[in-house]
Amino acid sequence: MSKLSTKHLLGIKYLQKEDINLIFETADHFKQVINRPIKKVPSLRDITIANLFFENSTRTKLSFELAEKRLSADVINFASSSSSVTKGETLIDTVNNILSMKVDMVVMRHPNPGAAYFLSQHVDAKIINAGDGAHEHPTQALLDGYSMREKYKDLTGKNIIIVGDITHSRVALSNIFCLQKMGANVKVCGPLTLIPKYINSLGIEVISNLKEALEWCDIAMMLRIQLERQDTKFFPSIREYTQQYGLNKELLDSLSKKITIMHPGPINRGVEITSDVADSNQSIILNQVENGVAIRMAVLYLLAGRVD
Amino acid sequence: MQSSDRIILDPKQFELTIKRLSHQLIENYGDFKDTVIIGLQPRGYFLAERIHQELMKINAKLDIKLGSLDITFYRDDFRRQETPIIPNKTEINFIIEDKKVILIDDVLFTGRTIRSGLDAMLAFGRPKTVELLVLINRRYKRHLPIQADYIGKNVHSIVSERVKVNWKNIDKEDKVILYTPE
Repeated sequence: MSKLSTKHLLGIKYLQKEDINLIFETADHFKQVINRPIKKVPSLRDITIANLFFENSTRTKLSFELAEKRLSADVINFASSSSSVTKGETLIDTVNNILSMKVDMVVMRHPNPGAAYFLSQHVDAKIINAGDGAHEHPTQALLDGYSMREKYKDLTGKNIIIVGDITHSRVALSNIFCLQKMGANVKVCGPLTLIPKYINSLGIEVISNLKEALEWCDIAMMLRIQLERQDTKFFPSIREYTQQYGLNKELLDSLSKKITIMHPGPINRGVEITSDVADSNQSIILNQVENGVAIRMAVLYLLAGRVD
Repeated sequence: MQSSDRIILDPKQFELTIKRLSHQLIENYGDFKDTVIIGLQPRGYFLAERIHQELMKINAKLDIKLGSLDITFYRDDFRRQETPIIPNKTEINFIIEDKKVILIDDVLFTGRTIRSGLDAMLAFGRPKTVELLVLINRRYKRHLPIQADYIGKNVHSIVSERVKVNWKNIDKEDKVILYTPE
C-alpha cells in the first residue's frame, strides 16, 4: 500500500490500520531527514498550506509550521484572535476567502467538534484536523502511537492507561481509536465525572484507582485537566484531584515494574504529574515532541496528492 | 522472458563490464583517498555494492566508503503521479564535504533521477567533485544536460522500450534485457 484511504485527515476514526502503518513508515524516513545537516526536502515546493488556528496552540502550531517548511511548502498563518472572525464572519466565508488565494491544504484547529469534517464537505482543499473541540486530534494520537512503537516495536497486547480528564480531551479519543487499531489494550482512569458516558461503547474499561491502573499498564498517558472546557465543577478541588490522580515519583517507584510515562502537553506540573516524573528517564515526553514534526511531515506528504 | 526481449548483457559480459568499470575507477582514483561511492536507491545501490566488492577484490587494502542515497523527496514528478512515492532508506554514515564522490546508478535515461540525486546529495555537504557511473546508458533520450563519466554499455532504444537490470542476489541471474512492456 502506498496511498492513504482518505482524502483528508479528519480523525483517526476514519483511518484503517494500513493507513496508520503507512504514515509511520513514511515518518521513519522523515525522521532521518530532520536529523541531517540540511533538514529540508523540496517535496511540497509547489504547495501552499494555510494554518488556521481558531483556538490557542503552541506545540501543534509550531510543529505543523516546521513540518511544512521542512517540506518546502509555502505557509500562511491565521489566528482567530487577530482576524475578522471577531467581526462576525462565518467559518466557510473565512476559509473560502483564504482558499481564493490559491491554497491547497488547510490545517485547522477549531473549538467546535466536527469543524474539520464540516469544512471538508464545503470547501475544495485537503483538510487536516489539528484538533476540533473535545472530538479528535489525529496527529497527536499518531505521534503518540509512533513514539510508543519506537520504544516497543509492536504494540499488540501492550497495556496502555490514559489518566485524567477523558471527557474534555480530544487527545484521549484519538488515542483510543489509534491504539485499538494498533492492537493495544486501552483502559482509562480518572474521576468518574471526567469519564464520558459513551466510553463503554468503545470497548474501554474504567479503572478508578490510580495505583491499580498503573500496576496494570506498560505505558501511562497523563492528561491535563481542561479547565477552559469545563463550565461546571467536576471535582472538589485541584488539590484533591492531585492527591487522587496525580502521578508522583513515590508512586512511580512503588510499582512492581518500570512503566513508560507520556504526556501530550501542555503539562501542569504538580497537578497531574510532578516535575521529577515528567523529567525522569521513564518519561518520553520530549521524544513525543520530536516525533511530532516527522509525523506531520508524513501526513502532509501523503495527503498532498496530484497536481491537476 | 518473451520473444521480443533482447539481451544486452549476458552473465559473462555483465561480469566483464563490472570488472572493466572497477579498473577504470582505479585508474582514475588510485588509492581512493578522500573518495566515496554513493549508489542511488533502490537499484543503483546494487551496482554500487558490486563495484565496491570488485574494487576490494582487486586491492583488499583499499578503504572506500559506500553509501546509499534515496531521492524520493527530491523528485520533480512527485505530484504528477497517481499515488505518493514510497521512499527507500538513505544510509550515508560519512561526511561528503570536500570529498570526491562517485555517484552510481544502474540506467541513465532522461537524467531526471541523477538531477534529483545531485540535489539530495547536497543535503550531506558540498562535495569536491562528482562523477557519474552507470551500467547502461540509453542514448539520445536525455531530458536534461547530464552525461555519465563511466559507462558499462551504450544502448540505442526507443522510448516505449524498457531496460531491466537483473541482479544475481535478487533476480537469480546477472543480466540486462531490453523489452517492450505490454
